[in-house]
Amino acid sequence: MRDMTLYWVAFRTIVTKEILRFSRIWVQTVLPPAITMALYFIIFGKLIGAQIGDMEGFRYVDFIVPGLILMSVISNSYANVVSSFYSSKFQRNIEELLIAPLPNFIILAGYVAGGVARGVVVGIVVTAVSLFFTELNVHSYLVTLAVFVLTSILFATAGFINAVYANSFDDISIVPTFVLTPLTYLGGVFYSISMLPEFWQRASLVNPVLYMVNAFRYGLLGVSDIAMWQAFIIIFGFILALGSFAMWLLARGVGIKS
Amino acid sequence: MKALEIHNLRKTYHHGPEALCGIDLAVDEGDFFALLGPNGAGKSTAIGIISSLVNKSDGQVRVFGHDLDREPSAVKSCIGLVPQEFNFNQFEPVVEILVNQAGYYGIARREAYQRAEASLKQLDLWGKRNAQARELSGGMKRRLMIARALVHRPRLLILDEPTAGVDIEIRRSMWDFLRETNAAGTTIILTTHYLEEAESLCRNIAIINHGRIAERARMNELLRRLHTETFVLDVRDELAALNDIPGFAISRIDGTTLEVSVTRERGLNALFVALAERDIEVLSLRNKQNRLEQLFMDMVRTGVELGDHAG
Repeated sequence: MRDMTLYWVAFRTIVTKEILRFSRIWVQTVLPPAITMALYFIIFGKLIGAQIGDMEGFRYVDFIVPGLILMSVISNSYANVVSSFYSSKFQRNIEELLIAPLPNFIILAGYVAGGVARGVVVGIVVTAVSLFFTELNVHSYLVTLAVFVLTSILFATAGFINAVYANSFDDISIVPTFVLTPLTYLGGVFYSISMLPEFWQRASLVNPVLYMVNAFRYGLLGVSDIAMWQAFIIIFGFILALGSFAMWLLARGVGIKS
Repeated sequence: MKALEIHNLRKTYHHGPEALCGIDLAVDEGDFFALLGPNGAGKSTAIGIISSLVNKSDGQVRVFGHDLDREPSAVKSCIGLVPQEFNFNQFEPVVEILVNQAGYYGIARREAYQRAEASLKQLDLWGKRNAQARELSGGMKRRLMIARALVHRPRLLILDEPTAGVDIEIRRSMWDFLRETNAAGTTIILTTHYLEEAESLCRNIAIINHGRIAERARMNELLRRLHTETFVLDVRDELAALNDIPGFAISRIDGTTLEVSVTRERGLNALFVALAERDIEVLSLRNKQNRLEQLFMDMVRTGVELGDHAG
């Protein structure tokens, strides 16, 4: 019982610290995605979208809103954990946690929850921005919320792994630039894969972001290129795999212990 | 009860040398213990293993009877660590650093604030509680590290070079604080390169060299082993020249300053008698070198026979 209290207090401490951290620098963490997404809505939604016409029975701006919201959730959940955990390694204040009587899962859960918190805050801000350009009719609150939070957990965990391996500030931008951004842009944010030739439709199915974007689009609009059960299996599978890997890294002390 | 027991502790870094070659060490509860050694001797590695920052290659560590392998949480709860380098978030407010550290030990936020306030006031940092850590002076940062290490009230405090780079006034006040902390029941293990600090504060000492315990003794016993001490004497009248004084190695530094080496067998009384016979009036006297420093240098230079005195 005493252990559970300790764990809960410690978990809350890490999460509070993380929330205060990104709140203190909101101009760097919350404002930029709002501006970037507003530009996406204006340029792709309004200006170019007007020329494209409907997609899957929706105005183009309505069609891309779910993908753009999820894109900001993905990148911010990831960025929060990778930058915070790497900074802790760089300044060596990760040692504060390593010497404390905490099990590894609390450390991981605390950082991931911090990433989810930023993902949720940014997601809400971007959603609010989207209301200037579109009406939001939620098809399924349960699916929307579940995909929103699970995707955030998944990419916060991925950010944690990136931070564990990072040896310089350059290393924390390599994955977002060369992996995350291409996967997101090719994950059906701006188009339905039914528009693609057969080969590229099949190729797109190996992109995990496709499942999340489509599941989220289903939650908001009620349309998807992917069956929901497939999407949730993929999301849960990745969370399990990445979470287990992160726990293994912590247990071995990779990147944080000599 | 033993605050710390180490048995056959070994550490070999990946593609590196053997940093610890199977050390044995015990520290009594309530002790103020010095762990000394030259750079690269293995002090920080040993401290890193005890505090769970470094994975050991082999051996056993017990803290207040808790085994590090079997009860890591219990061991960690007992330890407070002041590392050699500043390792707090430089951008966090001072009070938050303490409150967060308390939180990692399960101390609820309200109580953590109360403890942080008490610690910061005690260490004269309360006025800086809302400043970012990076805005503090070097001495303040050192005190913040001590406050952070004590916020969960550990039974064993490990200090790795706690006064490095701070001025003498702050260092003395930190010594007083550490003496009070030890007197209140906290066992303290200190590593330092200021050997007068170790001599002044510690009751027991271990010297580690090349990853092995080269010496383990009570401080006063160790100091008694110092065969010869060198003193600097200030005399009243200018001395044009100085004749030999049998039994003492004496040299003239300048007109009113002498340097004398005195063996333990001869003692200082004989020196003063000899000087008085020559009408030389001594105004003041001081050790040329800190006694522990002299002993330490002798040991490191001569490469003490390992295990000769290890306890």
